Amino acid sequence: MSHHIVEFKDVSFCYPDGTEALKGINFRITHGESVGVVGANGAGKSTLLQHMNGYLMPTSGTVTIGDLSLTKRTRREIRKKVGIVFQNPDDQLFMPTVFDDVAFGPLNLGMDEASVRERVCEALNRVNSLALQDKPPHHLSCGQKSAVAIASVMAMEPDILAMDEPAANLDPKSRRSLIVLLKTFRHSKIIASHDLDLILDVCERCIVIGDGVVVADGPSAEILSNRTLLEENSLELPLSLQRR
Amino acid sequence: MTFDEQYFDIGRLDRLSYRETCVHRLDPRAKVIAVMLFLLTVISFPKYEIVALAPFFLFPVLLLTVGEIPVRFIIKKIIVVSPFAIFIGIFNPLLDARTFAVIPGFVVSAGWVSFFSILLKFTLTISAALLLIATTSFPGVCHALRRLGFPALFVSQLLFLYRYLFVLMEEAMRIIRARDMRSFGSRGTGRKVFVRIIGILFLRTVDRAERIYYAMLSRGFQGDIPSLKRSRMALTDLAFLSMMIAYLSIFRFFPVTEGIGRVAQELLG
Repeated sequence: MSHHIVEFKDVSFCYPDGTEALKGINFRITHGESVGVVGANGAGKSTLLQHMNGYLMPTSGTVTIGDLSLTKRTRREIRKKVGIVFQNPDDQLFMPTVFDDVAFGPLNLGMDEASVRERVCEALNRVNSLALQDKPPHHLSCGQKSAVAIASVMAMEPDILAMDEPAANLDPKSRRSLIVLLKTFRHSKIIASHDLDLILDVCERCIVIGDGVVVADGPSAEILSNRTLLEENSLELPLSLQRR
Repeated sequence: MTFDEQYFDIGRLDRLSYRETCVHRLDPRAKVIAVMLFLLTVISFPKYEIVALAPFFLFPVLLLTVGEIPVRFIIKKIIVVSPFAIFIGIFNPLLDARTFAVIPGFVVSAGWVSFFSILLKFTLTISAALLLIATTSFPGVCHALRRLGFPALFVSQLLFLYRYLFVLMEEAMRIIRARDMRSFGSRGTGRKVFVRIIGILFLRTVDRAERIYYAMLSRGFQGDIPSLKRSRMALTDLAFLSMMIAYLSIFRFFPVTEGIGRVAQELLG
């Protein structure tokens, strides 16, 4: 299977206030790859993720997901293929109970009740949160919320999973179980994060973004051990590679 | 201590709805219709009615006992909102001082009677509404409303209100805490700063709304919040509804309490 590709060709994006966030981004991610996107604050990581399912449309250049190129017309189809997990789970979990929230996507896909229930149970089981299904999101801890947020996206069975800072606000133990969880997913994954150790653990490939362009693209082990490259982009060596 | 626990404790109200009693098992729609009929009947009584309202306490008391809801908790909630009712009725005794009845020893003015009637109606309606939520859960009520044909826009507003009320309030509390930490004495706590805080809160809310909308779009939102059909109207639900209608109409249209009083008087006399 080679159809779960993500391809950005000369993608530029300019916000309405004139800020140029992306200035010609090029990369191609093939099926089953997991890719980390790193860069300084304001380098354009979040803007890039928002192009992945058409929340933002490139000012110039093309985004291709699978065999569809991103346009206003294909946007709905592409949203079924790409699942995005947001940085703040409170923004993602908008339904009154965990079950309703995870069921929201499958119901919108027009599935019948029995299969929706099945999908929800399966997705919650995968993130070990089946016991939480009747709880309202405001009764959950941060770690539980982020697990449920992942389940709510997984329930749509996307081909590609994109995550924005998945480990932000998690305590070390929850972060560790998130990493273990992410490693079990066979999807193409794109993870934007400042948590370089997480990227090193989960992703075999890493893209460094600086000032709206791709600065480096290669194997994580190589890029994340290049001190000068990282420091030029307001990053530093992952803690696990630092010698004290 | 989160905002919710400190003030409304809606969380606890919600947790009560996880129980499994025969009241909890009734179809939410049946309960919503029953409570609406109950509210309409109670407020349809004339201004000076007291005696005829008494039998209507039967419904909340039954819900309370069969549904195993702690009485104290509900009473506390009723007291929290009671100032609204008290302020609506407090001037009645002053404005409406006609003599209404004379109980041996003192004179009861019409104002006091109508004030007392307002309090009774308030207690009945609020307790019924609280018990509806305690036995059905707020989302359950919302889904029931949607399935009863309420507009999708209205129901999704209610669902979002419930979901984001606490998030918003906690955000406001964080801003206020940050202000208090850096303002000394009366400086910084004035009206000017307060107005700006409201502005910031509004901007943050707009931003958040946009992010939520994005999250909804990402999951295929098309304008209506879908919901699973969790329950069917069963025979028990219909039986419950017909009993409810019978109970309400009997006590609304026949002066049953007065009748009982007369019979008792005759027996004693």
